[in-house]
Amino acid sequence: MDASDVRRTLSRLRVEQVLGAILGLLLVFLVVDLFRQLLTGTLELSALRRYVWQGIVVGLIYGLAGIGLSMTYSILRFANFSHGDLLTTGAFSGWATAYVIAGFGAYGLGDLLLVRPNNNPPPGEIGMSITQVPVAIVGGLVLAAVVTVLIALAADRLVYRRLRNESAIALLIASVGVAFVLRYLIAFVFTTSNRSVPASPPTERIDLGFFSTTVDLHEMTLVVSAVVLMIAVHLMLQYTKLGKSMRAMADNRDLAKITGIPTERVVLATWVIGAALAGVAGYLIVLNTGTITYTRGWTLLLPIFAGVILGGIGSIYGSILGGLIIGIVDQVAIVWVPNRLTTAAAFLLMILILIFRPQGLLGGVETA
Amino acid sequence: MSDAPPEAPSEGAASGAGGEKGAGGGDIPAPAGASARSVPEPEPPGWGDGEGDAILQIDGLRKTFGGITAVDDASFAVERGTITGLIGPNGAGKSTTFDLVTGFTRPDGGEVTFDGRPITGLAPHQIAQAGLVRTFQITREFPDMTVLENLMVGPKDQRGESLSRAILPGARQAVVAQERELVGRVWETLDTFEIDHLADEYARSLSGGQRKLLELARALLTEPELLLLDEPMAGVNPSLEEKLLDRIHELQAEGYSFLLVEHDMDLIMEHCDRVIVMHQGTVLAEGEPADIRNNEQVIEAYLGEDI
Amino acid sequence: MSDADAGGDDGSAGQRADGGGLAGPRATLAKRADCVRSRMGEMARWKADAIVILSTLALVYVLFLVLSWGQGLDANGTANTLARLTFLAAAYALLVLALNLHWGYAGLFNIGVAGFMSVAVFTLAIVSGGEGVGFGLPIWAGMIAGMLAAAALGAIAALPALRLRADYFAIVTLGIAEIVRYLMKSQWVASHNLFGQRVGLQGSAPVQVPSAQEYVYKLFTVDGSPRADPTYIGTQFFVIGEWFGLERPTVMAWGYALFVILFVVFAYLLLSRIAYSPFGRILKAIREDEGAAQALGKPTSRIKIYSFVLGCALMGLAGMLWQASRFTVGADAFMPILTFYVFVALIVGGSGSNAGSIVGGIAFVGLLLQGPRMLQAVISKHTDVPDTNTIYEGVTAFASGEVMPFVGYAIGNIELLQRMFVGVVLIVLMLRRPDGILGHRKEIAAATDLSRPTEGRGSGSAAASGGGGDE
Repeated sequence: MDASDVRRTLSRLRVEQVLGAILGLLLVFLVVDLFRQLLTGTLELSALRRYVWQGIVVGLIYGLAGIGLSMTYSILRFANFSHGDLLTTGAFSGWATAYVIAGFGAYGLGDLLLVRPNNNPPPGEIGMSITQVPVAIVGGLVLAAVVTVLIALAADRLVYRRLRNESAIALLIASVGVAFVLRYLIAFVFTTSNRSVPASPPTERIDLGFFSTTVDLHEMTLVVSAVVLMIAVHLMLQYTKLGKSMRAMADNRDLAKITGIPTERVVLATWVIGAALAGVAGYLIVLNTGTITYTRGWTLLLPIFAGVILGGIGSIYGSILGGLIIGIVDQVAIVWVPNRLTTAAAFLLMILILIFRPQGLLGGVETA
Repeated sequence: MSDAPPEAPSEGAASGAGGEKGAGGGDIPAPAGASARSVPEPEPPGWGDGEGDAILQIDGLRKTFGGITAVDDASFAVERGTITGLIGPNGAGKSTTFDLVTGFTRPDGGEVTFDGRPITGLAPHQIAQAGLVRTFQITREFPDMTVLENLMVGPKDQRGESLSRAILPGARQAVVAQERELVGRVWETLDTFEIDHLADEYARSLSGGQRKLLELARALLTEPELLLLDEPMAGVNPSLEEKLLDRIHELQAEGYSFLLVEHDMDLIMEHCDRVIVMHQGTVLAEGEPADIRNNEQVIEAYLGEDI
Repeated sequence: MSDADAGGDDGSAGQRADGGGLAGPRATLAKRADCVRSRMGEMARWKADAIVILSTLALVYVLFLVLSWGQGLDANGTANTLARLTFLAAAYALLVLALNLHWGYAGLFNIGVAGFMSVAVFTLAIVSGGEGVGFGLPIWAGMIAGMLAAAALGAIAALPALRLRADYFAIVTLGIAEIVRYLMKSQWVASHNLFGQRVGLQGSAPVQVPSAQEYVYKLFTVDGSPRADPTYIGTQFFVIGEWFGLERPTVMAWGYALFVILFVVFAYLLLSRIAYSPFGRILKAIREDEGAAQALGKPTSRIKIYSFVLGCALMGLAGMLWQASRFTVGADAFMPILTFYVFVALIVGGSGSNAGSIVGGIAFVGLLLQGPRMLQAVISKHTDVPDTNTIYEGVTAFASGEVMPFVGYAIGNIELLQRMFVGVVLIVLMLRRPDGILGHRKEIAAATDLSRPTEGRGSGSAAASGGGGDE
């Protein structure tokens, strides 16, 4: 093994470059193949457009949720394995609110508050869609953020704060504990059944001459909300004092302490922003996919991680970009890879990035 | 060993066995014609027509970190069987050079030859296995292991380090036998360094000086050809320092070679056979201590410091 | 690190060895006694380990005896419960031992445990599976193949990823485990033929996989089922069982539990041998300071890889033994949550030693896993708990003074509460013992006693001189 040790150490740099080149070539090949398939008719343009669009929609969720995860990683210095369950928290609290607003008085409070544990009332009947009960939907979105923030702050105060200076692994394990508590608490309260929540999404036709399409309004709500929030985050990071502090803290915590930036306040902001975005992401993804269950957030955790890692831990824009890429890979990979394995392909991409370029695409040094 | 009460080290006092200090380098004949080379030349340093051979040879070593060139075309040689000092103002690139030579950092350019073999770019453990072992400025003992365990890690070619030999019934016997042998050697070392009473202590509970002893003892158990010592006397009290230096001279007499980084000029001048001066990443001068002491460029580099 | 040591501490090194005055002979004697005491002979260490393990087991047994009695189980029912408990504890113990090798010894944070278990079972299915599933080779071949597959996957994971920092490596292992799960579920993979045989788990449909349990059961009866004619061995044990009121299935269940325990003992001995050897010493050193170990010439990467691969093979073994408790297995048999359970067991067991791993497995299964379920059964038997549907009903009833509906709801969902409890335990453990979670490893990593050899005759401690000085 000594010989290979030598080979490894001597040419580690070269190996990375070679493999990067191979991946690049693979990418080129895939793109070429894409065109080939389009031209020969194996793949229809409309199908491709659909995949890409779906990828963007999913990717926006990954990106939105990833911002919080990335911030936690860079400012609080640990991988938060309970982040997925923050999405679930947002989903349930948001939709409970939406149902209560929409159906108060007309239906049993238990059914509303617990988001249809017994599959009553049917979403169509109660009119759970953006056009019919916009107040409920928006109210749910807001509450999703608020409740998730409260939960995250509680977790920080009870658990993470006391482990502030511990190793990344200790915090990681603690976050797994928090994840268990949160997830099964949600299951305990809301039951474990998987049920549909919003009504069928209303659609609108848009006609612009050659470019006409049917727009799913729930999907649109998701996209608009996500983009607006991302822009808000960007503005905050670039133009507010708090944003600058957060960027500084992510880069060098000791330095931040010395120069007098209030770190606990930045930590607070991290949780507030990160959790709010996660809660909203959870709420929105239920709006779009239609069903809710207590494991939803946990199953999304790894793809969100993938997006954050791909984009570069600590970079907000990286997590958005990474999330989008993972989402698109997840959907478009179906062109080459059988259905179930698309997510596996995304994970493989994440693993390769971790091995060969751990700092991701936008580097892990700066927050923004 | 020595009953001398702690006092400042003095020339030629107290050391019992072996090792002489001073410019002559003890039993090993000084390379003829060696003189201070005060012009930093890119060619590998010769010793004129000396008989000594280089156990370590560095040619044109280069390392840049971001915008900073830490080591810039450094070349020198360490002669077998000598105690060579490596000095230079802060930031001269000494620690980086150590890291480059021992494989902890990869050089951007240049070559390192050890005992005639090129070792540039090898992994740290390979270089150590070849006989080039280093200690660290801030000791890196294994804190949650006892002193005995720490030392037992040292010796090389332990059969039991192979997984199969450690487990398989037949091979295990040989492993146990070798362990017993190593235990004997380790206790000898403990006695030599006078830390036998600390044998069962966890390394983390040792004092600073005791850790230095442990670090040196552990490195010696690897039976290196050349030992790179990174500020071995930092934070060590004078009597212990003297004992350590005595030990080093004894070992030199037995054939070990040493390259020593130190800031204590008296120490360097008294104990080293040769001195290499680095400044701003390159080798400024090298030669016998007396010549270095009078070298103008060196003095300038250390502007204000007492040599 | 102290700078400028006062003459005191280091000078004392010299003074004490000089043995001035009173210090001398008495000091050396005391030191000798300490040495012997602290480096307990091999036999003593084994005894200590066995005592700790057996006491934990005994305590858990007592608890379960009480719970069984509370549940109104007869002798057979109780014995059956205990058999299942023992089997699970042994399976977990095996997993924890393997994970301890990864994390406690080599410092590798592996959260893809479930993936290595699945891969082994998957391979077992392919090699020994029946028609339409695999090649039908004998089960021992399948199990060996399974372990090799898990080891191979471990090598694939470890080789590139070892130089990553701990949490990145953890994410890689999780990713790999999930990829394995997706591959196993995939119809596409299942639809391919290997050497002309249709292999694979056929998507997510559960499929019959040959099991070690079947194999063990066949020692008792002709075809492994309780109603068939007993074998010679079977007859003996069934007779003994009848004495205690045990029925055949219970006896056979105990047989399998003991079978798994054999593997646990084997793993324990193997890992002890590793711990008490130069290899184990380097592992410990790597965990303390890998760079320093490298500076001493130790090939740390290679050693980490070997340890990782060995641990993965053991995880594969555990998976195959475990899976036997259900004859059919789907791709979702080993979910990520299982990995975290094993971590909890490891941390609970705490000391980072091999004995601690076994203790952790027993404690976890007894107190955190099976205990609450038994408790639920006991409570339901003795109290009339209403079967409340939702928490809302429970809470509203509570508000109007009735406690039972809520309790009924809680009891009905005790599994969820149990998992929450596991989370709480994890958090509390982290808060109490943050770094060094595994405690200090008191085992001295050496293949022989380390006390000063006496002149003339062998080494000091008598225990070391016999049996090659190994445990």
